Amino acid sequence: MAQTLLKMNNITKTFPGAIALDNVSLQVEKGEIHAIVGENGAGKSTLMNVLSGVFSHNEYVGDIEYEGKHCKFNTIRDSEHVGIVIIHQELALVPLLSIGENMFLGNERGKYVNIDWDETFAKADSYLKLVGLNESSRTLVKDISVGKQQLVEIAKALAKDVKLLILDEPTASLNESDSRKLLDLLLDLRQKGVTSILISHKLNEVEYIADKITVIRDGAVIKNLDKKTDSFTEDDIITAMVGRTLTDRFPKRNTSIGEVCLEVKNWNVYHPLYEDKKVCDNVNLTLRKGEIVGISGLMGAGRTELAMSIFGKSYGQKISGELILNGKKIQLNSIKEAIKEKIAYVTEDRKDEGLLLNNPIYINTTLAKMDKVSKYNVLDLDLEVKVSNEYKQKLNTKCSNVMQNVGSLSGGNQQKVLLSKWMFADPDVLMLDEPTRGIDVGAKYEIYTIMNQLVAEGKSVLMISSEMPEILGMCDRVYVMYDGRIVAEFTKEQATQESIMSAILSSAKGV
Amino acid sequence: MKFYQTIIDAMKKNGMLMALIGVVILFQVLLIATGKGVLLTPANISNIIVQNSYVVILATGMLLCILTGGNIDLSVGAVVCVIGAVAGTLIVNMGVNIYVSIALCLFLGIAIGAWQGFWIAYVGIPPFIVTLAGFLYWRGVALLILDGLTISPFPSNYLNLFTSFIPASKDVLITPEEAVFIKTVTITIGAIICLLFLAYLIKDRITKTKKGYETDSMVVTISRFMLISGGVMYVIWLLANHKGIPIVLVILGVIVLGYSYFTNKMVPGRHFYALGGNAKATRMSGIDTKKIMFFAYTNMGFLAAVAGLVVAGRFNSANPAAGTLYELDAIGACFIGGASAYGGTGTVGGSVVGAMFMGVLNNGMSYLGLDANLQKTVKGLVVLAAVVFDVLSKRNTKSK
Repeated sequence: MAQTLLKMNNITKTFPGAIALDNVSLQVEKGEIHAIVGENGAGKSTLMNVLSGVFSHNEYVGDIEYEGKHCKFNTIRDSEHVGIVIIHQELALVPLLSIGENMFLGNERGKYVNIDWDETFAKADSYLKLVGLNESSRTLVKDISVGKQQLVEIAKALAKDVKLLILDEPTASLNESDSRKLLDLLLDLRQKGVTSILISHKLNEVEYIADKITVIRDGAVIKNLDKKTDSFTEDDIITAMVGRTLTDRFPKRNTSIGEVCLEVKNWNVYHPLYEDKKVCDNVNLTLRKGEIVGISGLMGAGRTELAMSIFGKSYGQKISGELILNGKKIQLNSIKEAIKEKIAYVTEDRKDEGLLLNNPIYINTTLAKMDKVSKYNVLDLDLEVKVSNEYKQKLNTKCSNVMQNVGSLSGGNQQKVLLSKWMFADPDVLMLDEPTRGIDVGAKYEIYTIMNQLVAEGKSVLMISSEMPEILGMCDRVYVMYDGRIVAEFTKEQATQESIMSAILSSAKGV
Repeated sequence: MKFYQTIIDAMKKNGMLMALIGVVILFQVLLIATGKGVLLTPANISNIIVQNSYVVILATGMLLCILTGGNIDLSVGAVVCVIGAVAGTLIVNMGVNIYVSIALCLFLGIAIGAWQGFWIAYVGIPPFIVTLAGFLYWRGVALLILDGLTISPFPSNYLNLFTSFIPASKDVLITPEEAVFIKTVTITIGAIICLLFLAYLIKDRITKTKKGYETDSMVVTISRFMLISGGVMYVIWLLANHKGIPIVLVILGVIVLGYSYFTNKMVPGRHFYALGGNAKATRMSGIDTKKIMFFAYTNMGFLAAVAGLVVAGRFNSANPAAGTLYELDAIGACFIGGASAYGGTGTVGGSVVGAMFMGVLNNGMSYLGLDANLQKTVKGLVVLAAVVFDVLSKRNTKSK
């Protein structure tokens, strides 16, 4: 019989005006991987914040029992003291410090005020080995990939003698192979007695790794699933999460594909810093009116770089090649020109490159095309609010009003504001870079519906995505990129998970 | 109930304005209680406005720099001094026509701003470094021009431009008949301003209803009009009992209204907020961020020149120490007025309130006869307290 490590009893947490958690109970056994799933805003992160002491014990109602003892945490430090470590979605590493320094930040090795650097780096190296990361602990964090940084976070947790590891969306920004590596590491740690709580939107991962699943919806536990006794398929989980059966995760659409809209010929792009490094190598692609074309590939294949270099040369140097828009050869030397030619690029990084988080929705909506709401450079504020409201309704953005700051919206709604912004710019060609990253199943469906509306209006969509089901479910045609080159093209009928992966793998071998 | 809520929200949103009113009332009470006079006398109000005019002018320019991402301009005090020196040399020493001299000085200010803006925007040198260097060498240039000496006095036609009053001129003794005349003209001007404001509100409501936009409730609009025009009329009445409206106040009014319009209602103004909010996202929206940075510093140079001319007029001299620490007054006014140290938020009106807050504080304490050392201590602490109050009251509105 497994031992109970953690019991959270009847946790209720309210924010002014809203109940975030309503009488939630959670039980975790020693040595299991316990997944918590739910839509964005369901209360998963709040629950974990209660557990890890982000909220002190007098800010919520309920009781936490950990290793058989009642716990009252005031700060994160208290919970770390007993071996509970949380790794947030946004990594908390200092880029300009080395891996070793980061790993023992706030937990420095040495005596009194002196830091023993030899011990620090030696220990750090041993933990890095444990998580299978082949880097020196003296490497600066900014010089390693996001996937590796995630492993550093886990090594950091291990350095704190973790017993219960909480991971909030650990694979959100990782590609498939890095994600797999991370999940296997968690399985490995389970063997070593580390219990994990995993919050994830990626249900295939949950299905792969979890021993138990708790489904949360609207601040309450809807369902507890156990791998031993219950059926554990993605569909079951989704049904519990959204409270309805999603018969189809991708909305249907009647395709009516027209003539060629955008043609990219012999497109070459070099890295902005290393001028000998080719990032896009002789890329050719076509995009037709009313068509959704996907670009699949591993992270670092050059997909984002391709889209950005087309979008007014906003990435790279020594760009050569031809762009043909509606049969006319065009030159796009700046983003302004690209917007004028009705091309839009919706970034994968909405927080850093897409939105003004501390500004209201209406300012974000009109930002890329302010001539539409101004005369002689004078803005019509009322008109701005009006059009923003129209997009709010069209995209079903959930907010109190368009004066609300974008930063206070959930990820899915932020993505909708970002889409509004670029739809407002009236593009004929939309390049969507990871349009559903980090948002929940329901919002994803809505974004897909919007994409379908756009192509139904005769626009063209070029979608970059790392999520295979999305590529297969939404695209009329798929290009596969590897190392800056397009290595394969599939029609909807030809495209399968296997065919795409084998295209990538065979080109990987060819190098 | 809803109306009540609107008032509370409006007060929280204008926390700094509330703090300013609080300080005014506090000094008024303290001064009367200690029998040392009254803060709100016609002459004193006129004084506070004139004394702090340079802060308001500089703070308006500084706000645009701060909006771009918390960037500041440390060189403005030195530039004020350079402009004063050039104006003194041209007008006093060389006898050049004052209008030609003013034009040359403004042009020089723009050139200085463009020079600094070029390094910041197009070469990518951090603003702090470029303007710190400017802080040093512009002061040096001013000393070279002045040869370490003070130039004075300025001719009376120059002084009249910056220090006279509408309708009275400065040095004339005021007879009772003239006092009545001043009162009538000043109050008429005040009434016209209020009527213009009313006309604007009505026109705004009409267009909004016509186009089917949402409007504020009638009660809110009326109380807004009453409060603002009440405030304006009170100040006007005080000024009317002195010498009328200082010309500097007219210059301030034009600058404040003009730049408020620019930041609130114009596309390039919006670009400033966007750049400070998220530089990458702004660039990815097809906006030329370098141009914005260049404009911010060029404009700062222009406004520093305006301030330099005003200051030269007020002190009736161009002296080597003019403008010392003015940059901190301007930066302080912006931050006290609610601008974010990270850029992207802040208003021209807020900076004016910030500048006035400091002005009233200085003025009130000297009237109270506080020891100069104590004044500095109190000033620092009160500024901290006021900003804490503002930040906390805003935080409360957010979490609702």
